[in-house]
Amino acid sequence: MSEVTAHSEAKPDLLRFIKAHIRDYALLLSLLAIMVFFQFTTSGTLFMPVNMTNIILQNSYIVIMALGMLLVIVAGHIDLSVGSVSGFIGAVAAVMMVTWKLDPFLSVIACLVVGAAIGGLQGYFVAYHKIPAFIVTLAGMLIFKGLALTVLGGASVGPFPREFQLLSSGYIPDLFGVPSFNMLALLIGALVTAVIIYFNYRERLNQQEHGLAEEPDIIFYGRNILIAIAFIGFSFLMARYKGLPNVLIVMFALIALFVFLTTNTTMGRRIYAMGGNEKATKLSGIDTEKLTFLIFVIMGALAALAGLIFAARLNVATPKAGLGFELDVIAACFIGGAATTGGVGKVIGAVIGAFIMGVMNNGMSIMGVGIDWQQVIKGAVLMLAVFLDVYYKNKAR
Amino acid sequence: MTQPILEMRGITKTFPGVKALTDVNLAVMPAEIHAVVGENGAGKSTLMKVLSGVYPHGSYDGEIRFEGAERKFGTISDSETAGIIIIHQELALIPLLSIAENIFLGHETARRGIINWFEAFRRSVELLRKVGLKEHPNTLITNLGTGKQQLVEIAKALNKKVKLLILDEPTSSLNETDSNALLALLQELKAHGISSILITHKLNEVMKVADRITILRDGKTVDTLDTSTAKVSEDRIIKAMVGRELTDRYPPRDAKIGETILEVKDWNVFHPLHADRHLIRNVSFTVRKGEVVGIAGLMGSGRTELAMSLFGRAYGQKISGEVLIHGKKADVSTIPKAMAAGLAYVTEDRKTYGLILIDHIKHNVTLANLDGVARRGVIDDFQELKVANKYRRDLAIRSSGVYQTTVNLSGGNQQKVVLSKWLFAGPDILILDEPTRGIDVGAKYEIYAIINGLAEQGKAVIVISSEMPELLGISDRLYVMNEGRVVAEMPTPEASQEKIMRAIMNSWEK
Repeated sequence: MSEVTAHSEAKPDLLRFIKAHIRDYALLLSLLAIMVFFQFTTSGTLFMPVNMTNIILQNSYIVIMALGMLLVIVAGHIDLSVGSVSGFIGAVAAVMMVTWKLDPFLSVIACLVVGAAIGGLQGYFVAYHKIPAFIVTLAGMLIFKGLALTVLGGASVGPFPREFQLLSSGYIPDLFGVPSFNMLALLIGALVTAVIIYFNYRERLNQQEHGLAEEPDIIFYGRNILIAIAFIGFSFLMARYKGLPNVLIVMFALIALFVFLTTNTTMGRRIYAMGGNEKATKLSGIDTEKLTFLIFVIMGALAALAGLIFAARLNVATPKAGLGFELDVIAACFIGGAATTGGVGKVIGAVIGAFIMGVMNNGMSIMGVGIDWQQVIKGAVLMLAVFLDVYYKNKAR
Repeated sequence: MTQPILEMRGITKTFPGVKALTDVNLAVMPAEIHAVVGENGAGKSTLMKVLSGVYPHGSYDGEIRFEGAERKFGTISDSETAGIIIIHQELALIPLLSIAENIFLGHETARRGIINWFEAFRRSVELLRKVGLKEHPNTLITNLGTGKQQLVEIAKALNKKVKLLILDEPTSSLNETDSNALLALLQELKAHGISSILITHKLNEVMKVADRITILRDGKTVDTLDTSTAKVSEDRIIKAMVGRELTDRYPPRDAKIGETILEVKDWNVFHPLHADRHLIRNVSFTVRKGEVVGIAGLMGSGRTELAMSLFGRAYGQKISGEVLIHGKKADVSTIPKAMAAGLAYVTEDRKTYGLILIDHIKHNVTLANLDGVARRGVIDDFQELKVANKYRRDLAIRSSGVYQTTVNLSGGNQQKVVLSKWLFAGPDILILDEPTRGIDVGAKYEIYAIINGLAEQGKAVIVISSEMPELLGISDRLYVMNEGRVVAEMPTPEASQEKIMRAIMNSWEK
């Protein structure tokens, strides 16, 4: 009980709180700043409904892989093979659906299983033979890049059946007859907003009951209002184009699942503990080998899903698909605040990191910045983000 | 009378919360073998770190005079330049480099960065002859036994023009032949005018080679004996080493001892990397309900290896033997199985093996029993909070709250967090490995009280400790281990520090 009274007596200090949590907000604010910047430099193109939809479609597979990569990095490992694996799975999907004319639904399931198996194979060497993930997945990167070429016979295979294309090019159909406005999209946006705010509010009440509400009122309400503006505004933009893409739904469901996994489940907790101190975690009776293995299985399945989405989007499987994806995915996690040493990192951070990269790609392309300078700028942003993170961490110590 | 080559006067070294050395004096004569003895934690290593510049001038009080002048070493290389070279227990050799490369590491026979291998080879041959090592200079260190590696270290020291050689437990991992060879070498160096400081637990070696002996206890010099003049016996040294007045206080203990809970029979363990090193040999012991059993022994006697190998084979290989828990044969082959059988092991190295230092108290407390605060894999945040708060209160973990990061806690409070973790796991048998290492006196008392409380709840508690007074103060029964064997068992009321030391020494001399 003493804590309860202590907390209600001492008014939470607004400035102190902001200082302590600056890193959490800095990332989101950077994304907003970058978006506003490009909104001006592209003379308003960035926020146009069609462009926002494009940003989602272009980055969904990076975001999806970043979810798995975050687990891998938090566990203290790395996976360099995800780009090759996603390309390979795209090729396998093409062969199954286009060459063999198998049922798209069954093919998708089979591809996800193959992806999980690939992850499991790599995870087996990392977890049970203690071979550094860097080496194992570097080998995987080469192997699956080569296998993708082999499977496709060096050529592009397509087009895919229409049902499969819908994975990337489909939208949630509208139920209302408002002309050139997808009412359902807006309603879903509003509903999601309501659900998020409800959960935030419930947690806040719970915290207050236990005397744990650290966050000052103004920040709590401000944060929720911003969430509402962002979500409803976003779904409004989407509604003005074709509505909510199917990919968006898949992506959001996965983000929600991974946030839950990392913050609320015993498995998530164990991953963070293992990344923080593997020896201590093992001595606490946790099967760290199995956990590592599982993480790579998840990563493999997500890489497969990303490969499918990418193939469906291009409507063709090419030997070059997936090339270099791993770099964007890993960069997204590190921009999002994950630590190379393991044990630190947030799912939301990785998602925001992915969108920072995505918005920059998109904005610079519209501005007409050449691909050469885009690379330079993206590299500089990665360096800067990690430098600031490390700098402020050391300063806080 | 000749001037001492080394004089350390009034050395006092304080760590946050702990006074490691108080007004220590040490004088070493030219061409002398000077033994420094004392219990674990008496301050021998700290004293040598002060001398060699690991703790730079200014971080301690007192004066160091070497060859007649005051020295203010800021780094290890300062003291090496002066001719003081320390050889640590863990050798500082690079395993995959050759003998010659190791001898000249950092002091290469080079001109403008280009190594003259011919010269290096010639000089290594010379140095190896001096230390009596018959190996080719191109042999890799990893292919040498520990005894020969020691000789390479000494050759390396000779190359640096050593005047005072410090050896920290040089024979602890050597067999008798190698030990004798090493001691003979020290005597030969002495004949060439090189002094050595020998830090060791093995009093028979001290008696054999030392000219004078300085005894440390609780960070103070208690005696300096001259083996040539005074009548010095091992008994005399042991008494001086352990003969402290029991200023430490222990909570009163009213033992209610029940039936046997744990029985270990013929336990054998081999080194995890070197399959031929037999570390634990036919160890058998029992622990009863409500009993606190102490395991005494020196560092390296195999106590931690015994405990960790029992706890789900967390250490070693080719493990054999039987474990009975509540009279039934128990499967302790993995850590989860050992935990399910009711075992818990609280590590001696809480930073490496005990805590997730980057995480806060709450997450650390529940780590070993997450299912205890979760339903179908989903953690109940508030249940977890309740648990963490309960232990924080019960064990008086001094902190700003359960969300304080454990890296910022003091040693005693970190230990309480690790204890909380294992208490929440609900074991019947707790193995506490050095539970009070690096903890100040006040927190020690609290830990002892917690141990008493556990025994009162009917748990079986095994305490491994290098501090004999502690074991005598808190345990009901004692086992003494040395070189991987149980060499004595005694009820604590009949035990004394002399008896324990005697048991260890006797087992060596056999």
